[in-house]
Amino acid sequence: MANSVWILGAAMTKFGRYPEKDIVDLGSEAALAAMADAGVTIHDMEVLGVGCLAEAGTGPGQRIQKQIGQTGIPVYNVANACATGATAIRTVYLTIMSGEADTGLAIGVEKMGKAGLLGAPGKARGEKHTFQRSGRYGAVLGTEGILGTGLMPGVFAQAGMEYAYEHDGVSFEQFAKVAEKNHAHSTLNPLAQYQKQFSLDEVMAAEMVSYPNTLLMCCPTGDGAASVVLVSDEKLATLDPDQRRRAVKISASVLTSDPWTETDQVQPDVNTLTRQAADKAYAMAGVDPQDLDLVELHDCFATAELLHYDNLRLCEPGGAGEFIDSRGPWRDGRIPVNVSGGLISKGHPLGATGVANLYEVATHLRGEAGDRQVEGAKVGLTHVIGLGSACAVHVLEKAAS
Amino acid sequence: MANRIAMVDYLILDQGDEHLVATMCSSCGALYFDRRNACGHCGKTEFTTTRLSTDGRVRAFTIVKRAAPGVPTPYVSAVVDLEGGGAVKANLVNIDPDPDKIELGMPVRLTTFVAGRDDDGTEAIAFGFERA
Repeated sequence: MANSVWILGAAMTKFGRYPEKDIVDLGSEAALAAMADAGVTIHDMEVLGVGCLAEAGTGPGQRIQKQIGQTGIPVYNVANACATGATAIRTVYLTIMSGEADTGLAIGVEKMGKAGLLGAPGKARGEKHTFQRSGRYGAVLGTEGILGTGLMPGVFAQAGMEYAYEHDGVSFEQFAKVAEKNHAHSTLNPLAQYQKQFSLDEVMAAEMVSYPNTLLMCCPTGDGAASVVLVSDEKLATLDPDQRRRAVKISASVLTSDPWTETDQVQPDVNTLTRQAADKAYAMAGVDPQDLDLVELHDCFATAELLHYDNLRLCEPGGAGEFIDSRGPWRDGRIPVNVSGGLISKGHPLGATGVANLYEVATHLRGEAGDRQVEGAKVGLTHVIGLGSACAVHVLEKAAS
Repeated sequence: MANRIAMVDYLILDQGDEHLVATMCSSCGALYFDRRNACGHCGKTEFTTTRLSTDGRVRAFTIVKRAAPGVPTPYVSAVVDLEGGGAVKANLVNIDPDPDKIELGMPVRLTTFVAGRDDDGTEAIAFGFERA
């Protein structure tokens, strides 16, 4: 059994649109780059975890192996909504912690192209024969647009509005400020899908998708991959000085699902499971949220990020509005949040995001983030959440030299 | 008069007394709208059916402007806390889809509307909430 697990190498493709590449191309690209970054090869890997949501049933891990090295190691093909990538990392992390492996590779990859709106549209409204009840609610028609919305922008808009209902100082403007921040941050990240700044007025005046989320407050769909090489502490001690110097410790790795709450079944509760994951991670790592130098959290929509300031205890309870108003989460603020540009501007190929977050934080902890470097970063946190639901939180730390 | 069928099986169409029902866990009181295998809160397997209030307050809403093809927009989706227990998602109807005209916490009441017709002319009746 290992005492701890470390990131030895990390890489990500620039997120964007790659019609000529498939998930094997993208996943292989990220994996080969991560292994080169780590100074290892596929022959050193003892376990492989591959997260890809859309193609999970096609054995994406084995498809990638056949391009980069069929060494017969165990492969976990992972699907866990938007927490897919981080769950893939967990399979490798747990294998190393248990002592079954000392080195492993995790890949997160997705091809979405211009997928457009995601959600649960149900049966097409045009289908009308004679009404038959179907499904667990005995519905005779698709419910989208008749009994509220299940589309992602609307679900997350409702989640944000719930916070606005329960706490002072939160309105359309505060949600829009989140997007203003993340678009500004992305101009410093060459790997972001979009690298364009917008004023607050431009964010609020953009096409409304689902109030209060305008188009500039919604993450884009796209293609991309990210990968990390993980090793046990024992293995790390045997490697060369440069590999050891650049290694980043995973001080906490936590996965939660949504516990029963009274309203969870009508409006997904993205708060309780995040709080539980974060509190467990802070305890595991022995880290206080105020110690964090940077956070990469799940801003699938601007409304979501605001909730997570509170859920991850980056601000006072109920104080998310005040936190964004006081520029707390800006790159020059108290706790920089999403200096990568976040999902909103960096992009969100679903399976890749949970690994790309770790790539980002590890890069800052190594002092290798270039123009967007958070100076002196020593401790960071990553957070992803997928509806259904699954939440993964990791705490990463730079080793004391 | 056309035959009517409720859009979902938790909407009861007693003439003039349209209301929602929920499946309630006999052990812990958790409320559900879907077919259950067991209670998601306590794990027990005994349930009763309970009537929910037609009155409530808006806990959250969104105005959907962009939806899947075939779904007319805009519509106002809301999560409503029902008096005496339960929460439900539905559209706010008979209301201007304008954020300045909708307040979080506003009191609302259940109403019904025709959501569609099948080839026999049977009407699917859905529910929504309007300002009380």
